[in-house]
Amino acid sequence: MEEREIEGLRFGTVRFGGVTRQACLDFVPEARCGDYVIVHVGFAISRVDAEEAERTYRLLEEMEALEGEPGGLEDELGKDGG
Amino acid sequence: MKYLDEYRDPALARRLVEEIRRGATRPWVLMEICGGQTHTLVKYGIEELLGSCIELVHGPGCPVCVTPLEIVDRAIAIASIPEVVFVSYGDMLRVPGSHSDLFRVKAGGGDVRIAYSPMDALRLARENPQRSVVFFAVGFETTAPANAMAVWQAKREGLRNFSMLVSHVLVPPAIRLLLEQSASRVQGFIAPGHVCTVMGYEEYEELARRYKVPFVVGGFEPLDLLEAILLLVRQLEEGRAQVENQYVRSVSRSGNQAARRRMMEVFEVVDRNWRGIGPIAQSGYRLRPEYAAFDAEKIFGVETISAPEPPECISAMVLQGLKKPVDCPMFGTRCTPATPMGAPMVSSEGACAVYYQYRRHTAPAGAQT
Repeated sequence: MEEREIEGLRFGTVRFGGVTRQACLDFVPEARCGDYVIVHVGFAISRVDAEEAERTYRLLEEMEALEGEPGGLEDELGKDGG
Repeated sequence: MKYLDEYRDPALARRLVEEIRRGATRPWVLMEICGGQTHTLVKYGIEELLGSCIELVHGPGCPVCVTPLEIVDRAIAIASIPEVVFVSYGDMLRVPGSHSDLFRVKAGGGDVRIAYSPMDALRLARENPQRSVVFFAVGFETTAPANAMAVWQAKREGLRNFSMLVSHVLVPPAIRLLLEQSASRVQGFIAPGHVCTVMGYEEYEELARRYKVPFVVGGFEPLDLLEAILLLVRQLEEGRAQVENQYVRSVSRSGNQAARRRMMEVFEVVDRNWRGIGPIAQSGYRLRPEYAAFDAEKIFGVETISAPEPPECISAMVLQGLKKPVDCPMFGTRCTPATPMGAPMVSSEGACAVYYQYRRHTAPAGAQT
């Protein structure tokens, strides 16, 4: 995520799968490079809570007791994403 | 993509479906409010997967669908003025007004442009100081922070050629109206995850207490929605009526403080008319008096334009969850996404358009033509 300022507002480059877009980050002052954010009409409205996302998914997984490796969440954490 | 693929896992989805079916000792009627959730539920055939134990009815949470006819007519009037650059989210262009739509204004030479964000309109205003740039600010609590920021920024920069046609609506007052109707069959609600990302869910706690009906704040992927349905079924089976949060990775109880502060600086709560539903008290936003210089309705004097709704379209019943799109005799015949008779057939989040896209080849439940 690259950051820059436009007319006093904080913007960042956010990658959505293969597409990148500028999003205003003023509503997510806590967001840092590498975080995942939810973007709505050009504005990040939340920083995805990685711990909560993982906890929810683990609960779902426990229900299933999946065979083999449990997901790849940790492998992907920390990658550039927005 | 991370946080998306995991929430589409078919094995987990099957497990959740089984769990829901096992947990439901009787059929329950649930409503999802947000059009984005309607889209996922119909696209993935979740209602069919669940069978007869759960009936899903679709709520009024499609912003394009509930924007009142007179506001569309006001937009058309403003967009037809030669010096105006009228900027809108793409979905609004095909929404039928009383006599025309914004696409026809564009085809007739009007300068109507599609934008992804209100900040695009702000940039146009900076780059074209000789033109009057008007942004069509529709939507629920999810788009309100962006629109508030655009106006706030325009004031800060002293842009005199930027204004907004504001028609913002709020989810909780519409739910309250649905709950007070005697015809309402809804026993539990999936609360909209992105609206709650901005606003939090304290307002829903009040609704749950007052009307003794459970809410689960849900996300937008199939597993999110299945988990939300499971949590609702558990509450209903145990006789609880609380607010639970399934979409914890994005939603906190008090929402996004920075966004709410900016919205409150720029907007004030006002009575709003909802297309297909009618007036709902304290159900939307308008610009505060300090921002009157950016209010397109005042600048262009269109506040008196009013419009009666056509009687044929059953969108009112669809938006309130009283009828399904396939119950309409015009569905898929006279009314299609290419020739919409009502707003729910226009937007990709509108219940009629979603049914048309994914379910028009399956036998209609009510209306066999």
